[in-house]
Amino acid sequence: MTDAVITADPGDEADADAVQRAIEEKIYGFWLCLISDAIIFALLFAIFVVMAQNTADASAGRTLFQLPRIFAATVLLLASSATFGLASVAIAARQRGRVIVWLGMTIMFGLGFVATEITEFHGMAVADAAPWRNGFLSAFFALVGTHGAHVSFGLVWIVLLGCEIALRGPTPIAASRLYRLGLFWHFLIIVWINIFSFVYLPRLL
Amino acid sequence: MLKSYLVGVLLASVLTAIPFGFVATRTLPPGQTLIVIGVAAVAQVVVHLRYFLRLDLKSRSQDKFIALCFAATVLFILVGGTLWIMFDRLPYRVVGDATTIS
Amino acid sequence: MLGKLTIDALPFYSGIAMAGALTVACGAAGVIALITWLGQWRSLWSEWLTSLDHKKIGIMYVILALIMLVRGVVDALMIRTQQAFAFEPHGYLPPDHFDQIFTSHATIMMFFVAMPFVLGLFSMVIPQQIGARQVAFPFMNSAGLWLTVSGAALVMISLVVGRFSAAYWTAYPPQSGMQFSPDVGVDYWIWAVLLSSVGSILAGISCFVTIVKRRAPGMRLMMMPLFTWTALCASILIIFAYPSLIVAAALLGLDRHLGTQFFAGSDGVMNYISLFWIWGHPHVYILILPACGIYSEVVATFSRRRLFGYASLVYSMIAITALSLVVWLHHFYTIGSGADVNAFFGRAAPLIAVPTMVTIVCWSLTIYRGQVQFSVPMLFTLGFIVTFLVGGITGFLFAVIPPSIHDTTFRAAHFHNLLIPGALFGYFAGYQYWFPKAFGFRLEEKWGRRAFWCWIVGFCLAFMPLYILGFMGMPQRLNRSNVADWQPYLIIAQAGVLFIVCGVAFLAVQIAVSIRDRKALAASSNDPWNGRTLEWATASPPAVYNFAAVPRVQSVDPWWALKQAGTADHRPTRFHDILMPGKSGAAIMLGAMSFVFAFAMIWQIWWLAAAGGLGMFAAVVSQTFHDHAGHRIPASEVEAIESRRVLAPVLGREAPT
Repeated sequence: MTDAVITADPGDEADADAVQRAIEEKIYGFWLCLISDAIIFALLFAIFVVMAQNTADASAGRTLFQLPRIFAATVLLLASSATFGLASVAIAARQRGRVIVWLGMTIMFGLGFVATEITEFHGMAVADAAPWRNGFLSAFFALVGTHGAHVSFGLVWIVLLGCEIALRGPTPIAASRLYRLGLFWHFLIIVWINIFSFVYLPRLL
Repeated sequence: MLKSYLVGVLLASVLTAIPFGFVATRTLPPGQTLIVIGVAAVAQVVVHLRYFLRLDLKSRSQDKFIALCFAATVLFILVGGTLWIMFDRLPYRVVGDATTIS
Repeated sequence: MLGKLTIDALPFYSGIAMAGALTVACGAAGVIALITWLGQWRSLWSEWLTSLDHKKIGIMYVILALIMLVRGVVDALMIRTQQAFAFEPHGYLPPDHFDQIFTSHATIMMFFVAMPFVLGLFSMVIPQQIGARQVAFPFMNSAGLWLTVSGAALVMISLVVGRFSAAYWTAYPPQSGMQFSPDVGVDYWIWAVLLSSVGSILAGISCFVTIVKRRAPGMRLMMMPLFTWTALCASILIIFAYPSLIVAAALLGLDRHLGTQFFAGSDGVMNYISLFWIWGHPHVYILILPACGIYSEVVATFSRRRLFGYASLVYSMIAITALSLVVWLHHFYTIGSGADVNAFFGRAAPLIAVPTMVTIVCWSLTIYRGQVQFSVPMLFTLGFIVTFLVGGITGFLFAVIPPSIHDTTFRAAHFHNLLIPGALFGYFAGYQYWFPKAFGFRLEEKWGRRAFWCWIVGFCLAFMPLYILGFMGMPQRLNRSNVADWQPYLIIAQAGVLFIVCGVAFLAVQIAVSIRDRKALAASSNDPWNGRTLEWATASPPAVYNFAAVPRVQSVDPWWALKQAGTADHRPTRFHDILMPGKSGAAIMLGAMSFVFAFAMIWQIWWLAAAGGLGMFAAVVSQTFHDHAGHRIPASEVEAIESRRVLAPVLGREAPT
């Protein structure tokens, strides 16, 4: 214990190390944000399942949901996750042009997904299946709507980050932002897997 | 890195096709299809965690810890919790489905 | 143009409400006038409001908590006065107004006193305790503060414009639904809770990552100070518990305004109760654990002894956290199906009593073997130990008494017994203990002792009668009664709350006296209490970078070890440039815009809501895509700052009594 002396330690940390450390911390923190978000989705799922069991005419989903449309939405979202992955590969290789192209395709697929969802919501509202009809529909719209809002927000963020990469190039900081955005995007697809597996498909049996 | 993404896309496509296929063709009774859907969902979540979120057990210990926390949250709370609540009241659910179908 | 907002929103309907509104308006105007008169706007803006310095953010959190504490205590005084005098036929408050005060008292104490106090002490102390220069996410930390402030501002402005919720702090439907609460009160509650919840999550994440990633070299987990340990545990609980409150409040808002049916019918009400307590039960520990951490620091410092059973204390904290996560998980898995959400918690409570007893035994042995110095923080700690034992016993009683007692004042007394000595006394102890660290001078002792005695006497007088009234069957939240037997106890409780008001007043006097005598109270060194942990190794108040050279840690109580080794006043031989975050106006803009957004949503002023929403988005984007070069402090400046600092050897010096 006698040799416990004050030492100069990260004082002489080089700037590059400091940037690297900050990036690692941000990734770590972002995981925690995703955990909080995952809990929000988990609660919405739980509420949905409970509502589906408590609501008398919950089987109406059979007529409201359309298998081809859900399949199309799923394919669009999976495709967007693939293109996002390719953008991540491209930024690791510092290929600015390819990053922009893959992100552009991700945006197109994402927009397609959001459009499919809006069409579905609109169709349901017209078919007198609006969120205020019963608890089942309330929970459905809350869960799927929250996911759709997340996807839309993610799309805005992809646009912003794409602009940054186009203007400033694939810097390490931009790469780390793309990495975190990728975590968010793939996380949303995991949520969607749960949505089509536990919300849509069981009601189309 | 590219290869791992492509493997992920392939596996995800297969694991998406299986439940959609069973639901579209109705080859199995509802109760069993439900189980297929559940298993495919868990498998696909694992695939996404592994190939897209790139969770592996080789990274540094602290980062591994946080990533495992995330995986546990997703798997046990999000997926597990939903399944639990669903199957907790399964008896009358499946019976209800079977009667409406037949 | 102004949505639902009309001139009728101003409280002309009641003299008491008008007086409250005028007090708030005059108070705000007075503060603005004072700052203008002193010509301090510019320095306030650049030194404080836009600061990303974790110490200043912590101080602002605590200031918020203290201001809101005054409001919460005034509410308590009004409640107690009404109940004491509302015997046949009526008191001075109409029932609806009484319920509003009841709701705002609890909401304020939970979200705008306890949480800011906890998060403020975290932000202020944790980086210094672990030998870090800054928190991991200075912007998130600051955004957490300003979102909480804007939530608090919503509660305050509800006094002036419109009204607050009368559906109690739990906002159970159907009372909180559109049918029974058609006015904006519940909307104020919803938005205040949403903003402060998001703020708490951000602050919790920043705190967690700071502890995990920024500890000084050599500081293993089992070398962390107890307060840091409890901060780590509380952050985990914040990250897991708060999302549930967000979901509950948001869905309640959807039910009110879109007519969705989440909480309609008895099943729906069950869903709300589940969601609320998924957050509520861990929240009790989010508030109590940090207080335990503070008590541990205080006990060790003022007993001049290493904590007895450091490891068992740590494991106790972990056990409490783990148990509350189990309770959390249980609530989650039984969502909407539990007939009695409290049943499982009731069964978990005796389990939690085991680690609680371990901690109390460890503290007692530390005190028993040490040379105890009865300073103000120590008094609050001892006051806690005595009164909390009573609370613990009533906790057991709660598990065995007939359910008919559950909804009586017994519950209110039990809850306050947990949260006043169990949490608030801890925060007061921390406030008195770390005040010299923040400002460079101690708080005056005499007024501190007076405040302590007022608080402890007031607490006993105010809540012991409520236990008795509970057994006599007096329901909670009664705004008038016609049972003559209850009256004497209610008057005693009223006297108790008057003592507490004196306690608050004495705390205010203490600050005034301390500022007046700050020269005499200035810490003769940077380490006025002869502390043990690393925060006392920094200057008081600390330089912006805390540590010129980051210390290397080899044991628990590293600062004590350095002092024992006689190397505490060694200076680094060579100084380095230090990179610190600059300022950012984005966090306070985010807070302000979220206030505008929430206010506009409450009153349905859509254009203003759109503007506020865009403002929030712009604030976040400007921060996110700004490449922070940071602010480089050159080595020469560090050396100059350090050479101004007096490093008196502290060992053997009598600490002030």
